[in-house]
Amino acid sequence: MTATAHHSAQSLQQLAPNVTAKVRDGDLAKAQLALLLIGAALIGAAWATGGKSFFFSYLVGYMGVLGICLGALFFTMIQHITRAGWSVVVRRTAENIAGALPVMALLFVPVLVGSHDLYHHWMDAQIDPAKPNYDSVLAGKSAWLDTNFFFVRAAIYFAIWIGLASYFRGQSIKQDESGDPAISLRLARVAAPGLLLFALSTTFAAFDWIMSLDPHWFSTIFGITYFSGGVMAFFAFTILLTRWLGSKGYLTGAMTTEHFHDLGKFLFAFMVFWTYTNFSQYMLIWYANLPEETVWYAHRQHGGWAIVGTLLIVGHFLFPFAFLMSRHVKRHPLGLAFGAIFLLVIHCIDMQYLILPNMEHGDHAAPAGEAAHGGFAHEFGAYLHTISWADFGCYVGLLALLGGFVLMNVRRTNLVPVRDPRLAESLKFQNI
Amino acid sequence: MTNTQKWGIVAEFDSARAIYQAAEKTTAHGYTRVDAHTPFPVHGLDKALKQGPSPLGWLVLCGGITGICLAQLMMWWMNGVDYVMWVSGKTPYAWETTIPITFELMVLLAGITAVFGMFGLNKLPRLHHPIFSHKTFWRVTDDRFFLSIEATDPKFDSVQTVRFLESLGGKNVAVVED
Repeated sequence: MTATAHHSAQSLQQLAPNVTAKVRDGDLAKAQLALLLIGAALIGAAWATGGKSFFFSYLVGYMGVLGICLGALFFTMIQHITRAGWSVVVRRTAENIAGALPVMALLFVPVLVGSHDLYHHWMDAQIDPAKPNYDSVLAGKSAWLDTNFFFVRAAIYFAIWIGLASYFRGQSIKQDESGDPAISLRLARVAAPGLLLFALSTTFAAFDWIMSLDPHWFSTIFGITYFSGGVMAFFAFTILLTRWLGSKGYLTGAMTTEHFHDLGKFLFAFMVFWTYTNFSQYMLIWYANLPEETVWYAHRQHGGWAIVGTLLIVGHFLFPFAFLMSRHVKRHPLGLAFGAIFLLVIHCIDMQYLILPNMEHGDHAAPAGEAAHGGFAHEFGAYLHTISWADFGCYVGLLALLGGFVLMNVRRTNLVPVRDPRLAESLKFQNI
Repeated sequence: MTNTQKWGIVAEFDSARAIYQAAEKTTAHGYTRVDAHTPFPVHGLDKALKQGPSPLGWLVLCGGITGICLAQLMMWWMNGVDYVMWVSGKTPYAWETTIPITFELMVLLAGITAVFGMFGLNKLPRLHHPIFSHKTFWRVTDDRFFLSIEATDPKFDSVQTVRFLESLGGKNVAVVED
């Protein structure tokens, strides 16, 4: 039983001979191609119709989908550092999602191209005290908010993420061949500094790519609010992906109701954690009532954003909290799938709430100042006027691209770590 | 020692596998007031015993909702009605300030309900139980597994039930008196 950890591990073939270890040659190729084409078409259409605000729409979709990949990397490392047994059959899927981070680095190029549109508040700020429009706050931040350093940092973040993702996935695949338990022990050790690097790089990436849209404003918890939503979206994405693979006859027999139940618990937990971090940020700013901090929420009281804030409290917390609370829902295939799809949609609206109120130009910017005290219909109308179909177009397009590239990874490797020393424990896992 | 009543019949098994299979066969045979006593949790044993879901979750939910309501009532009354004080321009009964207390009281009452609800449903605390008089039952905390069928079971019969448990491989099958 657990003694296998001391010897060469038993393989999937020995433990569960009826489980398919690998996607058959050529299978799922059509789905992969379709996802890549849909993704490219949606992003192309968003670019063609989005006008000047395309880059904001793209950033909404990009940060939403990047959170999923970062969540996958985080999940992989957390499973190693805790030496988790239950999750072995889920871990390869997470490794494959994190394995799409090199593609996410390429997909970051439009953000770099549009960086002067997105971050013009600080990229074009006047930090020379002799000039009349001198901005003393941004002058003080100019060591960090420097255009060249911004590009260098992006390279550093991706180097960390891609390095960690390739290392953990590569070692895991190596173990498929050798069955060497020493690899599991080594990955548990590497996960500790890996998580430290991950936490710092993710929090600074959220500062750079979202928080600096409003460069006078600051919130030290901001990186964690972004991270919590991303990890939640990762669990939603993983639940849907593995369910779909299950419908194609893969992972069935390896991933059972018990594993989906646990993924559902994690989905619930990070949904609540998102609420916890966002409320922490809101309450401290509300209590202190300092203009330099409240300005961020003041922007979100106009143009219909107040109603979106309320929508997020209901849709990102109250409704899913009540809906996903019951174990019967988490153990029900359709119940859990509905919760996952719902939260993936809400995740996009969360990104809109973080990014779009800072947009001041473009052809669908809301008239300033109105709708602060309007009725629900009026405010919601203002929100619909502010957003663009391209926000959802970019988000769904990038989700499809991610799905396509993840499928490419899935088709290349075994579906589960077939010789992981804790595979037997994972296959037999049961919730009490 | 006079006027003793039968409490039930207890059988001893050697392994988790043995008691799991015995539990399945016992409930399949129509016994309903069956329980298992093991040194460690055995996965799936509750299903083999055909035990329904515990009502504890619903009790905890009620405890949590009570906590939310009590916290809101308390703060509404104290801050909004009885002793209204304006501090740094904040509305006396503002929802933002009430969230931490509401959350804490919800967790507190839900947690207390979980612990004491579990005690109540298990009829604890209880200093003695008839099953303790079974002569090898002390090994339940070490290396033996016990199955009990209570005398209140409609199918209970002090001769047939003993035979039945022996046929399942039970050892030291004995009638335990109350």
